[in-house]
Amino acid sequence: MEPYELTITEAVALMADRKLSSTELTKSCLDRIEQTEAVMKSFISLQPDRALRAAADADKKRAAGAGGSLLGVPLSLKDLLCTRGIPTTCGSRILENFIPPYDATVVERLSAEGAVIVGKAAMDEFAMGSTSETCAFKVPSNPWATDCVAGGSSGGSAASVASGQVLGSLGSDTGGSIRQPASLCGIVGMKPTYGRVSRYGLVAFASSLDQIGPLTRDVTDAAVMMQAICGYDERDSTSVDRPVEDYHLFLSEGVNGVRIGVPREYFGPGLDPEVRRTVMNGVEVLKSAGAQVVDVSIPHIEYCVAVYYLIAPAEASSNLARYDGVAYGFRDKNAADLLDMYKETRSQGFGPEVKRRILIGTYALSSGYYDAYYKKASQVRTLILNDFKKAWEQCDVLISPVTPTPAWKKGEKLDDPLAMYLSDIFTLSTNLAGLPGLSVPGGFSTGGLPIGIQLQAPHFHEGELLRCGYNLEMGVNLERLLPPLMNAV
Amino acid sequence: MRIKREEVEHVAHLARLDLEGDELEKMTSQLDMILSYVAQLDELDTTGIEPTTHAFSITNAFREDAVKPSLEQQEALANGPDHTRDSFVVPRVI
Repeated sequence: MEPYELTITEAVALMADRKLSSTELTKSCLDRIEQTEAVMKSFISLQPDRALRAAADADKKRAAGAGGSLLGVPLSLKDLLCTRGIPTTCGSRILENFIPPYDATVVERLSAEGAVIVGKAAMDEFAMGSTSETCAFKVPSNPWATDCVAGGSSGGSAASVASGQVLGSLGSDTGGSIRQPASLCGIVGMKPTYGRVSRYGLVAFASSLDQIGPLTRDVTDAAVMMQAICGYDERDSTSVDRPVEDYHLFLSEGVNGVRIGVPREYFGPGLDPEVRRTVMNGVEVLKSAGAQVVDVSIPHIEYCVAVYYLIAPAEASSNLARYDGVAYGFRDKNAADLLDMYKETRSQGFGPEVKRRILIGTYALSSGYYDAYYKKASQVRTLILNDFKKAWEQCDVLISPVTPTPAWKKGEKLDDPLAMYLSDIFTLSTNLAGLPGLSVPGGFSTGGLPIGIQLQAPHFHEGELLRCGYNLEMGVNLERLLPPLMNAV
Repeated sequence: MRIKREEVEHVAHLARLDLEGDELEKMTSQLDMILSYVAQLDELDTTGIEPTTHAFSITNAFREDAVKPSLEQQEALANGPDHTRDSFVVPRVI
């Protein structure tokens, strides 16, 4: 077994026993990247020298007796998390040359735990997309079938973890952007409760929906990364000042008596039969571990796509007004006057999907249409929230599919925005309701593509989610396989 | 048609975007499709339903108005496409 194949927890244990150094581990990952990156295309930028210096530093710290839950562990970061001195592009031409003068809070927290940052992962432009194909620089591959998408928008994060290039990653999830690529790539992805993780230094897409979270190879590693990044931060005014539980403690608890809700609307006719079978197997697994299965209803789920694709673009159109070519980023230098400069800069700097969402959002917020679109969507958002409130009276955790189908071919939905939006149907409501969500590998399609299972819980019940996720992982008992790509190279 | 070409042009101007020829045509038909889809929300009676802007109520986060270290001017200017020693430079305004 090569070091890059280890989980975070395994690697940290080996390093603590002095059986592995961070330098060896980091070199193993960098070699792996060198062998696979031409096919995987997970990274927008790589910082190998910086990573090796951080690894050497971690080895010194460990020798001096210092700890840190991620000391010496090579990770990737979605390229919308600000990293001091390292370009942060957001997958967009408009930020191609942007070098942040500060670190995001989560980056500070990972560094404080001794993590080694290897590179910045590919993503849909401004996190707008479900396949990472709207990225201006790279389109990551699915490691299980390289002609298929890795998912999105945190596709590079998922691809880098699933293909053995790094041991874990941070992504962001506005409508499923952590859980969906994790599911399509066969790894674990977690979206924390809104406000649980500081968004300071996260390039904003839709501020009432965005949340940062981990992508890892198993649930235990997700707990480790969550422990490192969660907690109050005065620099994010929506950060919630509430103690962070010890997530690891939840893992050893069984699910005896836990009420698992199966929301019937998630299992409608559009669901791929293999996805249905995989999720129902997950239900059986939890049931045989002692959980109680309850039939529940989220009646307004069918309106989630419409609500989300008004609210998220509305917030985005406002957030992205800042890209005007003045203080940072790309500027068209041929413009004759200021208005022309704004228009040319934005028209050349943004790709089609970003423009599309800015236009929808501007339209939905514009005079005469605000009530019909933005206000209406915000009212239906209340109905969706109420559905979940009712469900929590009957159950502790909801189990459902993450996506209606396994990964699809690159290019297949790129020219059909609505088909792309509809693929997000099962993940959007988690963000609209601000809930924590977890995607855990559940099995494979007959074509060999991973299928994930989604768990959702009430606000701040991350511990409960991890507990159920861990029991699911144990019960499903997939052999921890790295993709065939691993063996082919 | 839920949205006309001229309206898309107007919204693009509000958003400080320039769409030309084919791009404008394509965008108009895609926006029309999306707006037709979201019109399903009209099926729901939302009379008297409060809109939600955040998933749970948060109050204003006040802090002491105390001076703390912040970015140096040169650092803040460094990413500017055009700047002098102490300010950003933009093209002619009027």
